[in-house]
Amino acid sequence: MPAEALPAADVVIIGFGWSGALIAEALSAAGLGVVVLERGPYRDTASDFPPGFAPDELRYAVRHDLVVPTAQNTITFRNRVAQTALPVRQWGSFLPASGAGGGGVHWNGQTWRFRPSDFVLRSHLATAHGHGVIPSDATIQDWGVTYAELEPFYDRFEYLAGISGRAGNLRGHRQEGGNPFEGPRQRDYPTPPMRMTLAPTRFAAAAQSLGYHPFPQPSANLSEPYTNPLGVVIGPCSYCGFCERFGCGNYSKASPQTVLMPVLRRRPNVALRTGAEVIEIARTPDGRHARGVRYVDADGIERYQRAELVILAAYTFENVRLLLLSGIGRPYDPRDGSGVVGRNYAYQTTASVQLFFDETRFNPFIGAGALGMVVDDLNADGRDHARLGFIGGAHLAAMQSGGRPIQSRPTRPGTPRWGGAWKRAVARDYLRNVRLGASGSSLSHRGAWLDLDPTYRDRHGRPLLRMTFDFHANDLRMIQHATDRLAEIGRTMGPAEMVVNQRHGPYSVVPYQSTHNVGGAVMGPDPTTSVVNPWLQSWDVANLFVVGASSFPQNPSYNPTGTVATLALHAANAILTRYLPAPGPLVPR
Amino acid sequence: MLGLLAALVAAAPDETRAETPAERGRYLATVGDCVACHTAPGGTPFAGGRAIETPFGPIIAPNLTPDRASGLGAWSDADFLRALKRGLRPDGARLYPACPYVYFSAVRDEDLLAIRAFLATLTPVANPARGAGFGFPFNLRPLMVFWDALYFRPAPFAADPGRSIAWNRGAYLVEGLGHCGACHGAKGALGADREPGVLGGGRVRGWFAPDLGGDPRAGLGGWSLDDIERYLATGSNGRALAAGPMAEVVENSTARLTMADIRAIALYLKQDAPLSQRSAAPSPVANDRIGAAIYADTCAACHRANGEGVPGLFPRLAGSAAVQSARPDTLITVVLHGGRAATTGAAPTGPAMPALGWRLDDASVAAVLTYIRSAWGNEAAPVNSEAVRRGR
Repeated sequence: MPAEALPAADVVIIGFGWSGALIAEALSAAGLGVVVLERGPYRDTASDFPPGFAPDELRYAVRHDLVVPTAQNTITFRNRVAQTALPVRQWGSFLPASGAGGGGVHWNGQTWRFRPSDFVLRSHLATAHGHGVIPSDATIQDWGVTYAELEPFYDRFEYLAGISGRAGNLRGHRQEGGNPFEGPRQRDYPTPPMRMTLAPTRFAAAAQSLGYHPFPQPSANLSEPYTNPLGVVIGPCSYCGFCERFGCGNYSKASPQTVLMPVLRRRPNVALRTGAEVIEIARTPDGRHARGVRYVDADGIERYQRAELVILAAYTFENVRLLLLSGIGRPYDPRDGSGVVGRNYAYQTTASVQLFFDETRFNPFIGAGALGMVVDDLNADGRDHARLGFIGGAHLAAMQSGGRPIQSRPTRPGTPRWGGAWKRAVARDYLRNVRLGASGSSLSHRGAWLDLDPTYRDRHGRPLLRMTFDFHANDLRMIQHATDRLAEIGRTMGPAEMVVNQRHGPYSVVPYQSTHNVGGAVMGPDPTTSVVNPWLQSWDVANLFVVGASSFPQNPSYNPTGTVATLALHAANAILTRYLPAPGPLVPR
Repeated sequence: MLGLLAALVAAAPDETRAETPAERGRYLATVGDCVACHTAPGGTPFAGGRAIETPFGPIIAPNLTPDRASGLGAWSDADFLRALKRGLRPDGARLYPACPYVYFSAVRDEDLLAIRAFLATLTPVANPARGAGFGFPFNLRPLMVFWDALYFRPAPFAADPGRSIAWNRGAYLVEGLGHCGACHGAKGALGADREPGVLGGGRVRGWFAPDLGGDPRAGLGGWSLDDIERYLATGSNGRALAAGPMAEVVENSTARLTMADIRAIALYLKQDAPLSQRSAAPSPVANDRIGAAIYADTCAACHRANGEGVPGLFPRLAGSAAVQSARPDTLITVVLHGGRAATTGAAPTGPAMPALGWRLDDASVAAVLTYIRSAWGNEAAPVNSEAVRRGR
């Protein structure tokens, strides 16, 4: 039965995470009527994660209360084409969010700008090292947008969110104590870096003695109170150590709730409907124009929201799946490399080193998701990576994100798994351990893609998304090199014992690694290798923009939120300044 | 798509035109915050239907739209003035003083008639809901004749020629349309102001509307003119955040006033408003270890260990008038049930205090409130468990 059409909106936005919220702010400020549809529940700071139960590790970290329930939506997974993909029934390797605020509620707050070379990766590598360094099956490509074009929007996001950090490159001038490898920024961070604890301080000293250039992690856990350009006040972090997988009860982690919602709530031309799961982007008979979206509301009733502009701003997986389910864009065919939707899925390549000390106490319960010191020397081209036999790189960090009681009980090798000896080991090592991490890039390649599963369906009868992915040999070589360097820094810190957790293939979807799934609806200047143009406008449907990390053609090592937000603001600006004055394709096909 | 583009072009206001009586009335209705009581939750503004809680029972605020049967459509100007200045309906029945006619008797006729002109421009809405759910004997409206005789002294506003124009304007707004004393004045057993004109603080819906006199701890003595102006204009001034009933007043009324009127109100409140008589200063309470421990666990992450809070986000407790008020009603309500600060265009954050009643028992709430009322140089009487129990 066709759903009854609701009154038309100027704009309908699918998903109320960072991307959807930022675009809703920009378009509604310009006077457009905006309807936002969010599949999960409404959430706000004091009502949904007050300090009284925000740090409930069982509820949020173990039972994943802020993550989309797999009974509602999940993916199927396989490593390679010869296997049959099976559904993920309990999230492990990554945690796709659901609900107002999206992943912006439960993120750590590590806020990066990508390097200028990241946006022109293929041409940069070809120019600097020759085409020969790029593996033949790698499908890495340029983004169609440059760092210089995005800089004002990075700046806008950092000042909306109040990011705490220290500049390393002010308008081309190197700044002591910041990241010397970052692209030029027009001004410093809005708030100073967080106060450092002992472990990151020792890590930085060790790294410096080895010739690296450590700097404080740019953080969305704010070092001091901050009033953003919209007049919203964000609080100072209390270093409680409950960021990743948790909502912040202290208004001190930048999120759509703490940065944007107070202003959006006051705007009569913005409507947020939660519990609204979009099932299709509806188009005109010729397929060239989106008419609106069909969704199932919280009561299970199908609705049809017409709109003149559709913004698809869900998580990477759902962006790709909704395109495939709606028949928009040609699906990727891995046999001949044709088609674009689902192409260039990429992940991240992580490893860690655990240090145990006999005497030094590090008080791991003092923490924040982005509290730490970082070394970026081994990223991108690093120290001549091409000569070492790989491309890409990693950043190395000592991040003190919180010693939470259930999941943070590291013990030395050989410790029994239970009993008195285990308890004594936990008691001894809890305060005296340090974890160092390496977060590395991920190539897009012919063997990694997203498509619709032929077997498994969701509760509405629609096919689940299927992921086919394994680590590329290049990325395993890269992370092995980075982890060896990380271990050198760790050894320099003088631990009594050290455990090196190298990353080996094949990729497993079970242990947590990173929620930085990217690609599948990538951006680019060429419609035969991208789903959206450099303004994130669909090549096929001019009044559809697809926003999120789904647009990354491959994945640099960094946490993606800063760039996801920047691309959303860049797209919103293009809608207001380019699209509305002359609706139609911004780049001719 | 043309519609989309047209939406981007805001119509420029025409500022050369003279203000009509209805436009002036709209502003004056904002000063009086008529919409707060005369609008049901989620209902049409001014169409009535909201149940106002009073110590005597609920009373339904009637419909002010020009509907002939259920609103003011059949009223004459004289009817309107008689109701607002004397508390008498056209049928001769007496109003209850939940409608602040006691204050409106000070308002000039031309201002009241401007409000009437504004109300006449509204779209008529049929909403016959009205009446009071009072118990005996308060349900007998004719008895209001005695109440009026005892407590009601209709008096037009008399300007003080020895004061500035701004001071007099402030006095006119505070004592008249603004009816600040309806909440901030102490009430006697029958709901009348104990000391008319004295804004010494009063209880309203589980909150304590603070003393607006010059007391340095519990009143405005510690507030500068700028503090008062910013509070009224934005709901937030770095010392305090408007919450509870005052959040509605700020959002619906004070934040929408002209800066000239806000300055006039601040001037009047700050300078020479009649000083309330405060009871003798309470003796300082020894810092209670239990209260301090609960504070460190539950409150300090936001309000900070030193009670200084975060401006615009977490109210300052050290030196706070709300914390040191004579009665702890506001503190008890906020801790048990939580509260949300006013949101205004200038201060949109609207942070909220989470409810803690589910995890703190009466004795714990009393202990932590006693602690904050005596820590950091604060001085106010202890809070006992029985008062907390009544607040649940």
